[in-house]
Amino acid sequence: MAMEDPDKKTEVVLLACGSFNPITNMHLRLFELAKDYLHETGKYKVIKGIISPVGDAYKKKGLISANHRVTMAKLATKNSDWVEVDDWESSQSEWLETLKVLRYHHQKLLSPDPTNSLQNAIPLTKPGRKRKQEPNRHDPVKKKNQSPDIKSVPQVKLLCGSDMLESFGIPNLWKLEDITEIVENHGLVCISRAGNSVQKFIYESDILWRHKNNIHLVEEWITNDISSTKIRRALRRGQSIRYLVPDVVQAYIEKNNLYSPESEDRNAGVVLAPLQKHASDSKN
Amino acid sequence: MVSRTPLILLACGSFNPITNMHMRLFELARDHLQKTGRYQVIEGIMSPVNDDYRKKGLVSARHRIAMAKLALETSDWIRVDPWESEQETWTETVKVLRHHYNESLRLLQSKKEFMKNKWPIERSTEDPLSYEHSVLPELKLLCGADFLQTFKTPNLWKEEHIKEIVEKFGLVCISRAGSDPAQYISESDLLTQFQHNIFLVKEWIQNEISATQIRYALCRGLSVKYLIPDSVISYIARHNIYTEESERENEVWTRDGNKSLFRGST
Repeated sequence: MAMEDPDKKTEVVLLACGSFNPITNMHLRLFELAKDYLHETGKYKVIKGIISPVGDAYKKKGLISANHRVTMAKLATKNSDWVEVDDWESSQSEWLETLKVLRYHHQKLLSPDPTNSLQNAIPLTKPGRKRKQEPNRHDPVKKKNQSPDIKSVPQVKLLCGSDMLESFGIPNLWKLEDITEIVENHGLVCISRAGNSVQKFIYESDILWRHKNNIHLVEEWITNDISSTKIRRALRRGQSIRYLVPDVVQAYIEKNNLYSPESEDRNAGVVLAPLQKHASDSKN
Repeated sequence: MVSRTPLILLACGSFNPITNMHMRLFELARDHLQKTGRYQVIEGIMSPVNDDYRKKGLVSARHRIAMAKLALETSDWIRVDPWESEQETWTETVKVLRHHYNESLRLLQSKKEFMKNKWPIERSTEDPLSYEHSVLPELKLLCGADFLQTFKTPNLWKEEHIKEIVEKFGLVCISRAGSDPAQYISESDLLTQFQHNIFLVKEWIQNEISATQIRYALCRGLSVKYLIPDSVISYIARHNIYTEESERENEVWTRDGNKSLFRGST
C-alpha cells in the first residue's frame, strides 16, 4: 500500500448544475474563479470542470429544450481545456435531484472504466428511504465505497452562486438529508459578490454551519450580473447580447431563433419538478 | 418618411486593456440610439489614449491598439483608431472629437465625389449619400456616467470645451442601475441647456469589468477568461505585458492631476 503524502493535494472536480438557459459568460467565470481560489489554498488541484444542464423534466418556466442548452454549453466550452459539458442529467426522462448527479459523477470519477457505466447510474440508496420510480433501472450493484479519509480520492464539489446556496432555504425545494450529504460528502464552492448575505445564511443554518469547512466561499470582486433571465429578456426586446455570452452562443441563438415570448411561456403554471415531487413524497 | 441621421460613436479611454465591458458599451449605445428612430448608427470608434497621458500602469499604445484590434476582429461595426495615440502629445477630448468628425465628413465628401463621377445622373433622394440630400453624420462621445461628473471638477475642463462637446457633438452616457446621471445634468446649467443632446442609457445587466482589476488579476496569475476576449489573453501572455513592473510605470511621473483624472479607470 502506497504511503500517503501529507503534502499531496486533493484532486477536485467542479460540478455546476443549473438550467444554463442559455449559458453565459458569468457561468463560465464561476469555474475560473473557483479554480483560482482552490489552487490558492494550496490544498487542492482542480482537474476538471463539468457543466450539467438540467433535464426538461425540471419544468421551469421558459426552459427550452435540453438539446439546445447542451449544444450551446458545448459551443461555449469548446476552447476550454478543462471545462466540459455532460449530458447524462439532461438525458434522463425524469428530473433528478442534484445529489444524485453529484453521486453519479463521483462514482464515475472513482471508476472511469466505461463498462461500469450502469453502476455509475445508480445512486447509493440509504436504507429505509423510499426509492422513486426510475426508468431503465437495473438491479443495483453495490460498489465498494472508498474511505473518504484517503487524500488521494478525488472530490466532486458543487459549484454554484449564492442564489443556489440560499435556495436551500426555500420550502420543499431541497430535501434536508440531501443538503446534508452534499455538504458532508462532497462540498460546495459558492461564488458571490462582495457584500453578500451568504455567510449570514450559513451561520443561521445548523447543518451548513457544522460543515462550513467544506463550504468554500469565493468573493467575486468584478460585479457580474449576467443572468440568463436578463439575456432572454434582452433577446425578446431585440437588444444585443454580444460580449455577455460567447460569440458562438450568440450566433447559435440567432440562427435557431431560440428565445421568444412563446418560449418564455413554456411551463407557465406548471409546478416545478422538485416542488411537485417533495409535495407528493410528503403525502405518502 | 423621416430619414435617420447617420451616427458615429466615439469612445476615448485608456483601454488598458480592452475588456468585454468596453465593447458592451457600444452595443448598448447602438441599441438605444436605433430605438429612438432618429439615428442609424453606422460606426463605432475606439480611441486609445496617448502614452503621454502618463497614467499609472499604462502600457505602450502599440500593445493597447493591437489588443483592441484583436478584440474587435469579430465586430462588423466597431473599430480601433490609432490617431490619438500617434500624436506627439496628449490631446484634449474635444480635439479628438473634432478630428474624427472632420474625417467622417471627408470620407462622406469623397464618397459623394466618387458616386457623382460614377453615376452623373441624379440619384434617388432617399439615398443618404446622394449629393442632392446630404444628411450630415453626427459624432457622439460614448462614455460612462462618471464622465459627466468630471465636468464639475475644478480646472479639469475648459468651459468652452464642455459646451462644444455637448452642443456640437453630444454624449451617450451609459450608467448602471441605481445611479442617477440625470441629477448631474440638472445640477449644471450648461448640461441642462443641452440635455437633448445627452443620451442616458441604463445598463441593467451589471458587468463592471474594470481594466484595473483585470491588470491586478493578471499580475497575480489569476484567470481573466470570459472577461476579455481569448485572443487578447493570448496576446498578453505572448508579450508578457502586464506585470508588477508595468503597474509601477508612471508612478512617479504623473502629470498634475487635472489631466489624469477625467478618463476614469478605463
